[in-house]
Amino acid sequence: MWSAISSTLNWRGLASVLGFFILWYMACILELAGFTEMANPIEVIQMFLREYIDSTHYWFSWLTSFQRVLYGFLFAQLLGIPLGLFFGSSQKFRHLFFPVFELLRPIPPLAWVPMSILFWPTNESSIIFITFIGAFFVIVINVFEGVRAIKKEHLLLALSMGVPKWSIFLRIMLPSVIPSIAVGMTLGIAITWDVVIAAEMIASDSGLGRLTWEGYVSSTPEVLVIGMISIGVAGFLSTKIVYIVEKRMMPWRKTNP
Amino acid sequence: MIRSFSTEDHDAGGGIQLNSVSKGFTNPEGKYTPIFENLTIDFKPNQLHVVMGTSGCGKSTLGYLLAGFAPPDDGEVKLNNETVRGPGPDRLLVFQETALWPWMTVTQNIVFGPHMRGVASVAELKSQARDMLAKFGLADFSEKYPDQLSGGMKRRVEIAQALINRPTVIILDEPFRGLDVMTREILQEYYLALFEETLQTTIFITSELEEALFLADKIYILGDSPTRIREVIDIDLPRPRNFDVTVSVEYLAYKEKAIELLFRDDHELLS
Repeated sequence: MWSAISSTLNWRGLASVLGFFILWYMACILELAGFTEMANPIEVIQMFLREYIDSTHYWFSWLTSFQRVLYGFLFAQLLGIPLGLFFGSSQKFRHLFFPVFELLRPIPPLAWVPMSILFWPTNESSIIFITFIGAFFVIVINVFEGVRAIKKEHLLLALSMGVPKWSIFLRIMLPSVIPSIAVGMTLGIAITWDVVIAAEMIASDSGLGRLTWEGYVSSTPEVLVIGMISIGVAGFLSTKIVYIVEKRMMPWRKTNP
Repeated sequence: MIRSFSTEDHDAGGGIQLNSVSKGFTNPEGKYTPIFENLTIDFKPNQLHVVMGTSGCGKSTLGYLLAGFAPPDDGEVKLNNETVRGPGPDRLLVFQETALWPWMTVTQNIVFGPHMRGVASVAELKSQARDMLAKFGLADFSEKYPDQLSGGMKRRVEIAQALINRPTVIILDEPFRGLDVMTREILQEYYLALFEETLQTTIFITSELEEALFLADKIYILGDSPTRIREVIDIDLPRPRNFDVTVSVEYLAYKEKAIELLFRDDHELLS
């Protein structure tokens, strides 16, 4: 998990990271244009250690955002994978429903916020729905393309060996699209975090997005930076978890990345 | 090399026939282009038939017709006097491009077909697979995934994967194409030994003359458009064969004759 970092973090990398923090610090101290309201890195670390590291409110924000991402992401997989499979394997189904799907797909997830609030009974469910929308379309499209890209010979071979239809679906088609499902997951988890943060700023009173927004509203720039870094770390961790799951899904790619 | 490939209850005794088969393709504008017109071939049982032709003459389409993946537009394909109506485990095609399922190990790939048909227990099938892999020199690779194998190994696995189904006819579509010369010759010897042991009726599609001469009982040279059989050459070289045969007087005589036949029409065009 850390190999990607350690392999790029030599003395040059270390120097540039250090340089970044020094520049940031200097910019704040010298009160350069735009940096007058900004917190410097020392202040951020002090604030974090003093008020946040053992704050339940802070860690609860983490939990809340993670939950929303998890639910949105899981629902998107649960509905998106079968829908993509249907689109890919049944022409009738595709002709019937794909136009509606394509009609809704270009609408950005955040454009769904107001309608989602009207539609869903609780605030929580509306945020999860928006998160779901973010990942859903990407997953469906990837699975659909995955089905269309199945090697014809893989199906013909099974067919000629007298493998029953249902087994061909389960044992040949499904594994064939696993790599596409994985691509959908990678893209999906990134979009999910994008969407949940924005949705929390607009329409929620909890979560890491809200925490960051509060830092702005209450004129405590340290909090704002703590929120941003937390979101970055959360997104990074989720990507890594998804990556591990994907590797488990495709053991045959163990030695051939 | 391959001594005791089980021949019991192995129905390798059937032949396959094309009876005035026509097949063509219709392009998106609706224009029909014939590939075969009235093609009749009787592939006799227990022989190694080599089908030769230049690329684009419809060799692969012939394989698809025999395997039942593509129905003829006219005429019929018959296996042991029964009309072929689709793909089936009695006629298995080893595809030109490797078709091993990448998510299954070598053993899983081999046992999948018969396992799904429920013809034998998994333990029984696995032991059969183990024996076959040992004979194909792949004993240590049974738990590897296809992407971990070399091109030559994949081809051997695919042949084992077809043979475990005990097909009446096996169709090999340019199986050793793209392999280096050494590997190619080794695999030709493997297959020859296997054939001479089991007399598995084989349709072997290739574009290489040396390969054809070395393996065949009969060579069918395809050509023209629509494609027809230009020539049938009976190869009466002694069996069992090994590579020594390729320097024999008889082999060289066949080769000379085949080259003459292959290029005769081209000479006519040039003169």
